[in-house]
Amino acid sequence: MPDTSKSKLAQVLRAVAPPLILLVVLLSLWQFSVWWFDLKPFLVPSPFRVATAAYSTFGKLAAATKVSAAAALSGFAASLIAGVVIAFFFSQSRLIRISCYPYAIFLQTVPIVAIAPLVINWFGSGFRSIVIITFIISLFPIITSTTTGMTSVDPELLDLFRLNRASRWQIWLKLRLPNAVPHLITGARTSSGLSVVGALVGEYFAGFGVNDYGLGFLIGRNTSQMRTDELFAAVIASTLLGIAIFGAVSIVGAFILNRWYDAK
Amino acid sequence: MSYGDALPSLAEVDLSVAKGEFVSIVGPSGCGKSTLLRLVAGLRVATSGQLTVDGDEPGHSQTKAAFVFQEPNLLPWRTVAGNVRLPLELDRANAATNNASNKADLKSLVAQTIRRVGLSREDAAKRPSELSGGMRMRVSLARALVTDPDIMLLDEPFAALDDILRQQLNEELQRLWWSKRWTGLFVTHNVSEAVFLSQRVLVMSQSPGTILESIEIPFDIPRTPELRADPEFARLTGIVSGHLRRAADFADGGKAGAEVSTAEGTT
Repeated sequence: MPDTSKSKLAQVLRAVAPPLILLVVLLSLWQFSVWWFDLKPFLVPSPFRVATAAYSTFGKLAAATKVSAAAALSGFAASLIAGVVIAFFFSQSRLIRISCYPYAIFLQTVPIVAIAPLVINWFGSGFRSIVIITFIISLFPIITSTTTGMTSVDPELLDLFRLNRASRWQIWLKLRLPNAVPHLITGARTSSGLSVVGALVGEYFAGFGVNDYGLGFLIGRNTSQMRTDELFAAVIASTLLGIAIFGAVSIVGAFILNRWYDAK
Repeated sequence: MSYGDALPSLAEVDLSVAKGEFVSIVGPSGCGKSTLLRLVAGLRVATSGQLTVDGDEPGHSQTKAAFVFQEPNLLPWRTVAGNVRLPLELDRANAATNNASNKADLKSLVAQTIRRVGLSREDAAKRPSELSGGMRMRVSLARALVTDPDIMLLDEPFAALDDILRQQLNEELQRLWWSKRWTGLFVTHNVSEAVFLSQRVLVMSQSPGTILESIEIPFDIPRTPELRADPEFARLTGIVSGHLRRAADFADGGKAGAEVSTAEGTT
């Protein structure tokens, strides 16, 4: 057998190299096209120009990313707590579940851009409204996945708990809740991605009139002022923020499943 | 007969089990053996008829019943010790006296029970997924025994195990029964397992579910592995098998049972 560490490195390289090479090819093609077709910077800035804009406005960009991250994480955390509480009630009664479910679906299907102005009407511009919009968009996946986890309990385990005369609360705390943990983690991964979308949409509408602005506001302002190179930089920052939050939630979820839940 | 999700129905079932007796129930699939166990446990309620456990309705009497399922049904997020501790945690009378010395008592009780079913101290800290099928079933037995039950209801607990492992666990179960003399009601498909463990074997038929035969097994208790080589053991196994064959034939010729569950019995 060849040296395993060496072959492992080769494996990583084989996985990482093709997309990296493609990236370099695409960036070169982009740079070349801008020069060849003489594209105006306010329409399509060259990759080099975007990089320069990102570098020169780095402080502004980092501050906006931080504000957006705070909004996304606040809304996400609120949806986690509220989602588990709502799932608790859904798991306790079929009547509650079938009565409320259509409205939960309403929450999922209403376009967030359609209700964002309404939220701002009610709660004013700024951070609070942005968190509420983030909360609304992140809530549904948590409710559905956690409810599924709390209701899809092995009937024989329910029998075991009943035989030991467990209370409703004990059945929930010691059986339904732990049973829902893997489902909750799946829902949380979906919601974490949505929370960044919610924060950016919220900032786009409600980010005016505040000193601490987020990426959504920056994107809106750069668009209206035709600063396309800075717009590209903000879009890339938003994407990286989304990947970071999704990645962090996935890692925490995997850790919980491994250490505490006995993933198998 | 089973109608979709409905339970197999039982006709007249006349069954009394003495305190401390070990009784096995054999019968064709779908004859209502498992339903009978669940009725005794109070997990299902009979639509008609009368069933008493120690003079009370199942689930309401002072008699402590424990159930062992065909699957080990362990909670995957708990360790072996955590799974065995579960019935003690659920006992609210226990939780009310939640002081330090009581906690220490419970801890040693859990450790002791895990040892009694033949698991080591290292096993106690393991997760169910790290255990073999036989070890998982031992944990399931420990979880049932930890409450010191008066009645043990066992629903084909060793059906998924290979023959040697099944024999070993039969001997283990016999030893556990002999040391505490709880009342045992044991459902199985396996005739030699039933003869080995029990003082009495009941043969059930399906459609409608009823008890056809009751066969006394007169061997000395506790039973030892040597018993399996005894010609008398082979003879009794043959007799029970014969009755079981007749029960299956009976079912083929019989009509579908009415959807009325009747069960009578006392312990």
